[in-house]
Amino acid sequence: MSVEKKAGALANYVDERTGAAKWLKKNLTKVFPDHWSFMLGEIALYSFIILLLTGVFLTFWFDPSQREVLYQGGYQPLSGIKMSAAYASTLNISFDIRGGLLMRQIHHWAALLFMAAIVAHLMRVFFTGAFRKPREFNWIIGIGLLTLGIVEGFLGYSLPDDLLSGTGIRIAEAILQAIPVVGSYLAFFAFGGPFPGELFIPRIFTVHVLLLPGIFLALITAHLMLVWYQKHTQYPGPGRTEKNVVGYPLMPVYMAKAGGFFFIVFGVTAFLAAVASINPIWLYGPYTPAQISAGSQPDWYMGWLDGLVRMSPPLESHLFGHTISWNILIPGLIVPGILFTGMALYPFIESWLTGDKKEHHLLDRPRNAPNRTALGAMSLTFILITLLVGGNDLLATHFALSINDITWASRFAIFTVPPIAFVITKRLCLSLQRHDRELVLHGRETGRLQLMPNGEFVEVHEPISTAKAWILTQHEQPAALEFPTEDSHGVRAPKGALNKLRARMSRAAVEQVAKPTIQDAKEIEHH
Amino acid sequence: MSKQIEPFSDPGLPEHIHRKTDTDPFLEKKAERQVAILFLISAVGTVLFIAAYIAIPSDQFIFLPALGSTNAQQLFLGLGLTIATLFIGLGAVHWAKALMPDTEVIAERHEFRSEEIDRKDFIDTVKTQASASGLGRRSAIKKSLGLSLGLVSLSPLLLLRDLGPLPKKSLEQTSWKTGTRLVTDPGNQPIKASDLEVGAVAQVLPELQPEEERTLNNIAKDAVLLIRIRPEEFQLSPERLSWTHEGIIAFSKICTHMGCAVALYEQQTKHLLCPCHQSTFDVPRAAKVLFGPAARPLPQLAITVDSEGYLIAQKPFTEAVGPSFWERSS
Ligand code: HEM
Ligand code: FES
Repeated sequence: MSVEKKAGALANYVDERTGAAKWLKKNLTKVFPDHWSFMLGEIALYSFIILLLTGVFLTFWFDPSQREVLYQGGYQPLSGIKMSAAYASTLNISFDIRGGLLMRQIHHWAALLFMAAIVAHLMRVFFTGAFRKPREFNWIIGIGLLTLGIVEGFLGYSLPDDLLSGTGIRIAEAILQAIPVVGSYLAFFAFGGPFPGELFIPRIFTVHVLLLPGIFLALITAHLMLVWYQKHTQYPGPGRTEKNVVGYPLMPVYMAKAGGFFFIVFGVTAFLAAVASINPIWLYGPYTPAQISAGSQPDWYMGWLDGLVRMSPPLESHLFGHTISWNILIPGLIVPGILFTGMALYPFIESWLTGDKKEHHLLDRPRNAPNRTALGAMSLTFILITLLVGGNDLLATHFALSINDITWASRFAIFTVPPIAFVITKRLCLSLQRHDRELVLHGRETGRLQLMPNGEFVEVHEPISTAKAWILTQHEQPAALEFPTEDSHGVRAPKGALNKLRARMSRAAVEQVAKPTIQDAKEIEHH
Repeated sequence: MSKQIEPFSDPGLPEHIHRKTDTDPFLEKKAERQVAILFLISAVGTVLFIAAYIAIPSDQFIFLPALGSTNAQQLFLGLGLTIATLFIGLGAVHWAKALMPDTEVIAERHEFRSEEIDRKDFIDTVKTQASASGLGRRSAIKKSLGLSLGLVSLSPLLLLRDLGPLPKKSLEQTSWKTGTRLVTDPGNQPIKASDLEVGAVAQVLPELQPEEERTLNNIAKDAVLLIRIRPEEFQLSPERLSWTHEGIIAFSKICTHMGCAVALYEQQTKHLLCPCHQSTFDVPRAAKVLFGPAARPLPQLAITVDSEGYLIAQKPFTEAVGPSFWERSS
């Protein structure tokens, strides 16, 4: 039988049993637009699948117990040393199970890739405005996945119970303990008594392999169903409108590319795991609270938190026999809380400020949303500074600087540099807009010089294609919102102050270089 | 700006340009061969993977430039798996790009809002249903339901109560008592002042009574650092000075910031440094915080010697060790 015939028979078989012919036909020919930046979310999805596969493998040998054992396994330097069963079994996976180290390293590399892909994907969505109506739900799910990903990764590398990860748990316990009023209770409940106890690793194991992966699966499913149902956004271009989606059909092109891409991501993580050692826990030794490995560094997605903690000043209040540790609460809970809440609410804040309640399926070019782009750059700068400070001891030794100087500089920079990044980015966007306008009206510089009759040299400009001119001018430039702050009798309108804020923000939002029109082009032709 | 705005117009989807593989049967065949070769390379990768699993001893290490000493089996398993997966991927993508239809298709979008008539119908239905439940009218039901739902959702919280004991005073207590001997860690040997030279540091723990076992929970609070400097270098209050012995001063090793082990001692500056967030403590001035996020000095343990000359604790710690918590009173 030919492939066509077989496929036909299969389709028939399925429909006779489900009656899904109409629905399946519609979905198998679903159109997906193609762009490299649409693969970032895919990378996150594929690394999650890799994490599921390798994680299940690890559970076959990993023993989530803090019971003390005497190590007798294949790694000689630790032979005869007392350690937790969790640590011993991780050594066992690394040295006595064939392919175990490889799986551990794939698991860890995939975790780093997963988080990196989520962050890159989030940036793509943010800077192109893909979170706008109707996709706010997916934005919130995405922020949820990012947050849980950080937690999941932290719990994961805490499982082996080595000296490095035990230190991380110690710090997590201190954060819990610092919460006013209920802190020591929370810490005791989490650890089943005083730190470190024997219950924490078994508990976070259940969370790491069952609870959170379950939630991930549910959230990812919802995320993908929404993408499917709402259809993908697309970049502006000739023939692409708010009312259509242009791309390749699911079967077979998109399926082959996406399926192939999964294997490529797998291959890349396998390669990293084969040649680049990650988290060599046998070098750190088992956890004990009285020791520490110098230059302790968490995984990168935790580094910004570590940086915030490192740069925080030594603030503590002592009031009526109680202690409030601002030096822990501010960097460990308050700032991250504000950051993540702000991120989650951003689509609603933006639409409220700009008054934009329309559906959007065409993506913004970042320069055409200068305020949003500048805000994004500002937040990235903030995180970048904290990440750098998270490695301040490494910076200090590498560049022979004093840690104290770095920390002081960072305390200053964290307040000044992000706003500067905002201003610079906004200007950059506006100058790019000006550049677009020039291109449309005067064409592309060719680099060729022409001698004018008056002896002057001028550069020859070449008109750009109609397609290009369309891309550069298709976006909307809405007018500023107007809000009455007083009614006709001069009485202050309710919400006057809020409306003033909205009006100001919306005026800031329309501060753009006017995009050229046909009239502008014609006027120039007449000259 | 009175002139009418006329935007540029959308030229529409550009005409489809055929790929070379669409028009040239020779190139088409060639692409087909390339895809097949990519898939075959993947198969070779799996063979390598199997060979590495069977043939390479799992404890064989090889030295490679840039990688250093590497476990040969894990390396070749990894490389085999890399080739096996990567080339399936490359083959599939090449297949899709070179041979599958590359005409872009247009699909229409529809607004998510339903038709006005359906919306009205839907909203009316919801309204009718809401009124049929009578929640608005029957306030006794509404309130009692609210109460019972609120209460029933508390029960899981109650069930979590036995996750752990209440902290009571335990965060403030350590195993150090009046007269407890200081013993080395590791080694468990009592020490004399003369065992410690000027400039030296030692980690100590409280001596165990017979039958007692040391758990990580104990170490997490009991770990103490001994540091010996010249007595005239101390800048301490008379009380604190009386807590030292012949230039030996004892501090809790657990950082007052977030509980890491304060493990680095700089002999020249006499600073103790916590590697976690670089809090720096000044030993001669009772571990005053010089730098970093820690807000309090390391608690000092009062020490002296017993009749046999061994170092002992004069009394328990006078404050809680480790990171701060709400109930902490100083
Ligand atoms: C988003 C998902 C996940 C992330 C980010 C993640 C992250 C991590 C990380 C960073 C480690 C430390 C690895 C190391 O030893 O270097 C780890 C360990 C572990 N993970 Fe996951 N993981 C995820 C999902 C899973 C799943 C789904 C399972 C099982 C069903 C799993 C099972 C394990 C086990 C058993 C360990 C401990 C063994 C070991 O460390 O060698 N993980 N995880
Ligand atoms: S735990 Fe010591 S400085 Fe943070």
